[in-house]
Amino acid sequence: MKLWFKSGSPWVWMTAGAVSISLLSVIGLLMLIASRGLSYFWPSSIHQFEITTQSGATKTIIGEIYEKEQVPTQQLIESGVLFEQAQGETVERYLIKTGNREYVDLDFQWLLTPYIKQQSTPSGLAVFERSKNGNFYGYVESVVQDGNVITENKQQVLLAAIERAVELNGKALDLQNNEIGAINYELERLRLKQRKHELDGDLTDQIKLDLSEKRQALQTEYLVYEKQLFEFRQLAKRDSVIVKDMRGEQVTLPVNYILDVTFPNDMSFLAKLGQYGHQIGKFIMDDPREANTEGGVFPAIFGTVFMVMLMAVIVTPFGVIAAVYLHEYAGNGAITKIIRISVINLAGVPSIVYGVFGLGFFVYMLGGSLDQLFYPEALPGPTFGTPGVMWSALTLAILTLPVVIVSTEEGLSRIPGALRQGSLALGATKAETLWRIVIPMASPAIMTGLILAVARAAGEVAPLMLVGVVKMAPTLPLDGNFPFVHLDRKFMHLGFHIYDVGFQSPNVEAARPLVYATSFLLVSVIVALNITAIGIRNHLREKYKALDH
Amino acid sequence: MSRTSDNALKTESTRLIKDKVAKYGVTVGGVMVLCALLLIFFYLLYIVKPVFNAPHIEPISEITELTKNYVSVSVEEQNEIAFALTKQGEIDFYSLSGEDAGQLVLTETIPSYNRVTAFNAAAPQQGLFGYINQQSELMIVKPTVKISFPNDKRKLMPYMSFPFGEAAMPLEVDNLFTIDQFSFATEEQSIGLVHQHTDSKVYFTKLEGEEDMFSDEIVWTKNSTELTQVNGKIISTFVSPGLSRVFVVTKTQLYVFDTMDAEEVELLYTVNLVAKSKSGVTITAANLLAGANSMIIGFSNGVLEQWFETNSDEGRDFVKVRQFNMTGEAQGSAIDAIYPEFYRRTFLASTNTGHINLFHTTSEAELWQGQIAQGKINTLSFSPRSNAVISISNNTLDISKVDNEHPEVTWSGLWQEVWYEGYPKADYVWQSSSASDDFESKFSLVPISFGTLKAAMYAMLFAVPIGLSAAIYTAYFMAPNVRKIVKPTVEIMEALPTVILGFLAGLWLAPVIEQHLPGVVLLLILLPIAILLTAFAWHNLPQKIKNMVPQGWDSIILLPIVVLVSYASFSLSPLVELWLFDGNTRLYITNELGINFDQRNSLIVGIAMGFAVIPTIFSIAEDAVFSVPKTLSNGSLALGATQWQTLVKVVLLTASPGIFSAVMMGLGRAVGETMIVLMATGNTPIMDWSIFEGMRTLSANIAVEMPESEVGSSHYRILFLAAFVLFIFTFVVNTIAEFVRQRLREKYSSL
Repeated sequence: MKLWFKSGSPWVWMTAGAVSISLLSVIGLLMLIASRGLSYFWPSSIHQFEITTQSGATKTIIGEIYEKEQVPTQQLIESGVLFEQAQGETVERYLIKTGNREYVDLDFQWLLTPYIKQQSTPSGLAVFERSKNGNFYGYVESVVQDGNVITENKQQVLLAAIERAVELNGKALDLQNNEIGAINYELERLRLKQRKHELDGDLTDQIKLDLSEKRQALQTEYLVYEKQLFEFRQLAKRDSVIVKDMRGEQVTLPVNYILDVTFPNDMSFLAKLGQYGHQIGKFIMDDPREANTEGGVFPAIFGTVFMVMLMAVIVTPFGVIAAVYLHEYAGNGAITKIIRISVINLAGVPSIVYGVFGLGFFVYMLGGSLDQLFYPEALPGPTFGTPGVMWSALTLAILTLPVVIVSTEEGLSRIPGALRQGSLALGATKAETLWRIVIPMASPAIMTGLILAVARAAGEVAPLMLVGVVKMAPTLPLDGNFPFVHLDRKFMHLGFHIYDVGFQSPNVEAARPLVYATSFLLVSVIVALNITAIGIRNHLREKYKALDH
Repeated sequence: MSRTSDNALKTESTRLIKDKVAKYGVTVGGVMVLCALLLIFFYLLYIVKPVFNAPHIEPISEITELTKNYVSVSVEEQNEIAFALTKQGEIDFYSLSGEDAGQLVLTETIPSYNRVTAFNAAAPQQGLFGYINQQSELMIVKPTVKISFPNDKRKLMPYMSFPFGEAAMPLEVDNLFTIDQFSFATEEQSIGLVHQHTDSKVYFTKLEGEEDMFSDEIVWTKNSTELTQVNGKIISTFVSPGLSRVFVVTKTQLYVFDTMDAEEVELLYTVNLVAKSKSGVTITAANLLAGANSMIIGFSNGVLEQWFETNSDEGRDFVKVRQFNMTGEAQGSAIDAIYPEFYRRTFLASTNTGHINLFHTTSEAELWQGQIAQGKINTLSFSPRSNAVISISNNTLDISKVDNEHPEVTWSGLWQEVWYEGYPKADYVWQSSSASDDFESKFSLVPISFGTLKAAMYAMLFAVPIGLSAAIYTAYFMAPNVRKIVKPTVEIMEALPTVILGFLAGLWLAPVIEQHLPGVVLLLILLPIAILLTAFAWHNLPQKIKNMVPQGWDSIILLPIVVLVSYASFSLSPLVELWLFDGNTRLYITNELGINFDQRNSLIVGIAMGFAVIPTIFSIAEDAVFSVPKTLSNGSLALGATQWQTLVKVVLLTASPGIFSAVMMGLGRAVGETMIVLMATGNTPIMDWSIFEGMRTLSANIAVEMPESEVGSSHYRILFLAAFVLFIFTFVVNTIAEFVRQRLREKYSSL
């Protein structure tokens, strides 16, 4: 034993333990996010509980089981929640999501298992997904179509009615976003045009007339669309459905607020799987609703991808040139050393400092000057002098510059010197050698750097909070209005979405699964990017090792 | 033939030119990296610097040969029109800019012109002036301007306004002597006055106006109380703008009355300001600072003292907080007058030779001293935006530019304890948001820097042992095929967005740990024991079984052990809780131990940020240990040392600079991390090392407050300063680490 201690073997095992802890925490964390994130979309069974309240009355509660946990019996008795002496050291309690937000005080409630008299998953229980007030749980009693009460075949009728309403609402939304949005955009442009002429001092009556004519034309067009919009909305209001909720009361739900209805208790496994896929699709493709706590994350995905691509376009040339300089041109002088230290420092400066710099330098200084020079007509309203997607991309480009440099340089250093010398010996200049031989061979390494930079940028939030990200952007940075790409707009970002919904939303409990789902999406994208980058890098190393021989 | 060679030559030269261009282009591109870093450095500095600029006052223009004897002067917000008032009730408006600069543009007189016995100005931000006539009637006026835009050009129209009606208000005091001195303040429809009659009696009178329901006329209720306690010649009196306090200053004493209830005026404090030892020293001037919390008293020996009311352990008290001395030529001469700014705690003190000193109270700074006019200053006033002072002396009206953007910020104020108004003692406080004008922003970087170091320390406590041990094992003992999996896993750990770590820490880990606190402690104890036991058991296993697992697979063997022990500790947690802490550890900690417990505390931050820092430490340290030349360790092993001895005595010693740089890099990352601390702590700027309380860090503070701060304000610049501090800190740490690493690399290559 003493000898064993002396050999140092226990300490080796301790260090091995540290590796195990690190590995487990990474794997555990990924699994936690995956399980929580993915289970969000699964249509879980709707339970009906008969419970005795503390006063002795019975009550029905309908809802999804959200969470289960064990609580020490002692603690519950002391806090006066539990009266009768329950068996065992701990008692199980459920967190039930009861929905029906407008009819109950809290849409989540805790249930202690000893109080549950009966628990069942009766067929016919419906979950309504609504555009307002969250989910509704209950039994469909009848469907009211154009004033006629239909009780026959009500599920099919209801599904058809919902489909119709969803389609009409979709049309109305399209109209609002596309045609009407375009008119509003055009009107704003006309206003700015007039203001510009005013500022230039060449606002003649002719121009004024022209502009007001155009405006008039747009207004007439607008009225037509507006009428159409109201028509769609009116049509969507036609139906309603009568539902019996957990209090046993009949509640009328207007169909135009219902997005979807499912009967999870009646679904087969396959049907659930189908619904699961459908839900994932909606999560990725839909806009968020109700202060981001419901619905999808499409604008956040779009914003993240757009910003990251813009950043990649900016960072790649600079990063590659800097790496080429460091590896091919720079000598071993003091300047090179200083530049190397700068690279390391750029990588080490806290991201929030980049945010502060971006806000001060890009947004207020550069953006402010751009506004003075090119957009005086919009002043005092800022165009580029306010946080936006372009400044975010620029800020993150500086932030990720070292990633590209380091990765590219590594690639360059792995290219055998013989190749360069061969090219030079055949009479090519250094630039030609670089352009024709070295850079093409290093392109996978550049790619790796770019992928890593993109992965880093996609997960970075702190600087973006200062230079352009918002919780809810009304429009995407890319749309059908001239000039189509709007670099001055603010955008939504997956990482910020997580922070915002998880920490700033009024109903954190309800939003939490959505945050897990968003986290899972972000993590899987980033992990996939990283694995790709690592894969390319390893492949390259093998390849160049072979070349060396 | 010759043509082709010509072409060849041409292309040859273009190729060479291209080569040159490429070379310079690439060089410029490479140097750009350095420029980017320098740009960040200098830009941050450029924004921060004005905070520390020395204030300056400079006369810019004057109006000479005034014919009237003005007793008060003020200026409107744009510094374009000055109002000068005579004691008799004449108000003259002078234009200060434009074509008619220096000219008298309007003269108004008050209704009881020429019968005035007393005059005074209210606190500067109220902009009101009061006159009292022989019949003891009060008249309040407000000279002001109207802005209009005829022909798209801004035009200021001066005029007189009467906020309390044009009719003089009788005070109806039972004293037939006329009033020769008074002061007043107003709040909405109420007016509070302290007035002294020629028989030396002092009264407090409160006029409360109420709109009559039927006639829409304002009905005044009046309440007068004689302040019998006051003895001696009165220097000046003050009514606080909320009408809750009255200050009476005599030659040696200060009386503070509580006038919250006009019918029951109560003497709160009598302060003897002149100590007996200082014979001959008397009070010569006094004034209320902006916000009306502090009283500045000026003495005949050139000393100024700040007094205010505080809440101490022995109840409320009126205390002397700090003192200032006149400097320069004015040193030691009697203070003639004290002039406060509109909103900030800056004030100006003048002597009767016209020397002035500019001070800021909370930053304890003497900002400027000098002379802006010839001779004694009769009256002076700051402009509302504090960018100018206007003064009258010797029949001359002087306008001086004041360059004093950030008087409240000084280097010492940022890093030392400061005694703020209303606080019982000097303290480090960060409280930047201002709800009202009389709020004082409190910018001490100490609590947030402390928070940064605290967060970093807890993170390092967690990350350094695990990160370094894991790196050593991976680099030195681990089987190559396992290493191939472990290294990318750690790289992925590094790539995980911190927003996700923060979110999990705040919303998942914090409640879990709160519920299973004993489990966490149990895990800390059980895990090492379990690993040692496993190691011992493995050691005693028959060689046959041991041979089934290749060498360097220890961490894989330990995986199930770690899982089991963690599971066991957390399941045992409720039992331990029942057994040791009456079933609720959290309550036990707060009630029995008296320690504050936040759900999002340093423990959570330590774990979450530690998790973010581990990969940084791991990869650099692993690299350093792995690149120790094999010849060194082989030599040691050949001489009979065990693996562990070789590691500790040879490998780690050689790699120690690399390990040091790994820890430094980790520290740099922990200090700058934003999202994790933002989400996993309560973000309260407290100074306490307790593991169960949160903190506010520099980075989180920037993230929270930057979007709300006004561009160019002191707050904005101080946030930039916080960023600059972070920048410098990480720069130093990273540069040292990189330097050490480069040295190490050179050493290895020579080996």
